[in-house]
Amino acid sequence: MLIESPIRQPLILGNKTYAQITDEIVRPIEGRANKLWYLVFTVAALCALWGLGLIAYTFGTGIGVWGLNKTVGWAWDITNFVWWVGIGHAGTLISAILLLFRQKWRMAINRSAEAMTVFAVICAAMFPGIHVGRVWVVYWFFPVPNTFGSLWVNFNSPLLWDLFAISTYFSVSLGFWYVGLIPDFATVRDRQVLPFMKKIYSVVSFGWSGTTKSWQRFEEVSLVLAGLSTPLVLSVHTIVSFDFATSVIPGWHTTIFPPYFVAGAIFSGFAMVATLLLIMRQVLNLQEYITVNHLESMNKIIVVTGSIVGVAYITELVIAWYSGVQYEHYAFLNRATGPYAWAYWIMMSCNVISPQLFWFRKIRRSLLATFLLSIVVNIGMWFERFVIIVTSLHRDYLPSSWTMFYPTWVDIGIFIGTLGIFFTLFLLFSRTFPVIAIAETKSILKISGDNWKEKTESKYAQVGEHGGHH
Amino acid sequence: MSKATLLAKFTDPDTCLHACEHLVQSGVKVREVYSPFPIHGIDGVLSIPKTRISTAAFFYGVTGTTLGFLMMWYMNVQDWPMDIGGKPSFSLLTNLPAFVPVGFEITILIAAHGMIGSFFLATRLFPGMPARNPEPRSTNDLFVVEIVGTDNPGTVLNDLKSDLMNHGAIECSDDVLRYEDQ
Repeated sequence: MLIESPIRQPLILGNKTYAQITDEIVRPIEGRANKLWYLVFTVAALCALWGLGLIAYTFGTGIGVWGLNKTVGWAWDITNFVWWVGIGHAGTLISAILLLFRQKWRMAINRSAEAMTVFAVICAAMFPGIHVGRVWVVYWFFPVPNTFGSLWVNFNSPLLWDLFAISTYFSVSLGFWYVGLIPDFATVRDRQVLPFMKKIYSVVSFGWSGTTKSWQRFEEVSLVLAGLSTPLVLSVHTIVSFDFATSVIPGWHTTIFPPYFVAGAIFSGFAMVATLLLIMRQVLNLQEYITVNHLESMNKIIVVTGSIVGVAYITELVIAWYSGVQYEHYAFLNRATGPYAWAYWIMMSCNVISPQLFWFRKIRRSLLATFLLSIVVNIGMWFERFVIIVTSLHRDYLPSSWTMFYPTWVDIGIFIGTLGIFFTLFLLFSRTFPVIAIAETKSILKISGDNWKEKTESKYAQVGEHGGHH
Repeated sequence: MSKATLLAKFTDPDTCLHACEHLVQSGVKVREVYSPFPIHGIDGVLSIPKTRISTAAFFYGVTGTTLGFLMMWYMNVQDWPMDIGGKPSFSLLTNLPAFVPVGFEITILIAAHGMIGSFFLATRLFPGMPARNPEPRSTNDLFVVEIVGTDNPGTVLNDLKSDLMNHGAIECSDDVLRYEDQ
């Protein structure tokens, strides 16, 4: 049996037994939703329908209903795309990178973070899809034979790399998530009394029986999938940044983009995980599984990645100055002092200054502060993408074509729509899926449960008193 | 031939592991252990060989890399080469740097899905497959050791009961209707 250092805080509170863990995590699935859930769900679903309606309107009328113009050829849609993909990254980071680093605190949050990844990537993938205008030929994105279109796709293009990155990321994340869900669905299945529920969870649990060989394979698959997902998640935002970095636009054409984008993605993703979990643990009564220690760990990652992002902003400025290229000079001067300076300073204050508050332990462990700052960070990260994209485009090489980008009501409506889709899916998830990895949580009970930690600690204290050291 | 099966139920993974060690040492063949989460070390006790699924994943990955580069070479170099922005597609070698991202993604795609597929096939996990665990609580809080009469000719299963109870089992029951026999 593994024994953990007593310095480490317990990860499962409330003297749990295995049966209690099952009961408390499965209960929200079996019980009825309360009024609040229905209220929030209705609002989210209405937003989603509104967004889908506006997408239909865009298809029917054309991209002209958006605020784009000849100078700013993409703005709102690509900002939302990058923002949503970035949010997705935290789920993979938690489930894959923290698994490789054997961080046990991931087990309370990986399931919902992975769900968040899947839903966020769905929202993200919609934007390039609807931006093409002629959505009925959207399959031309894929390498289809000549008879379908005119030519093969261009594998030298970063936009195509992005398609492969996002598709791979989505499908692998979905697979990884589902593999982890199978034993937990079996746990739900085996305690159902209603035939309908039993049937549903029988089908989705694929006949999982928890035999020794299947657990052995399960652990190996989880580990290797984590090993595959780690470079994958880093590659995805790297490739997203290539969409910009491989161009010759001042403000985009920088080698710092890949690591800077990846750090920003993890930063915003963790903020979104914190927002969601703070609500979820309260609504579903999971405070003993998702503890303040879990939130503190996430806040530590937020302050680290936020600082990396801050360093990247300043590096960009210094390199622009050092480059001696007047176009680069102007791009960054325009960002900080031009007509979009307000967006730039929102970005700077939300992303660089506000997370520094997490250096204080009190703030790091305060639920209210975490909740507020997590939303501030997500606003800041949305503005980061907006600033990078729009300020680099709106004043191009020809001053006669300088212009401003303003979103139309359709732009804003579609963004609200994706928020609606995201929260609709997440709310459905929280009612039908085990929101915490049950099997994984049980596997650490004897190591990180408060009752077990106390037991091993008192045992070791006794050994110490009786001179047990050799 | 007796198709009798003995199910010994434990509430603790370590107790279950030690009981299995004891059974194996005393020459009893354990058919299966059903547990709500992996019991580390039990595959060694039951002499279950290491899974080869990660080796399979490696070969799926190699297949993915090969197929990916082959596809890009065929489409952009062989079948319909294009000269975009003064950067013609002359050969796989000259285009290789630009092909790396997609080659990498396809490698991951095929390795991951190949491995998940192999896992489902080998473990017989499909939508609608019936559950094979004889005790429903083995996905909740019980660790169930299954000993089958046909595996242990010459052993009376009932004789093992007291021994198992001494080794921490909370309950021993006969389960005649195994899934395969139904």
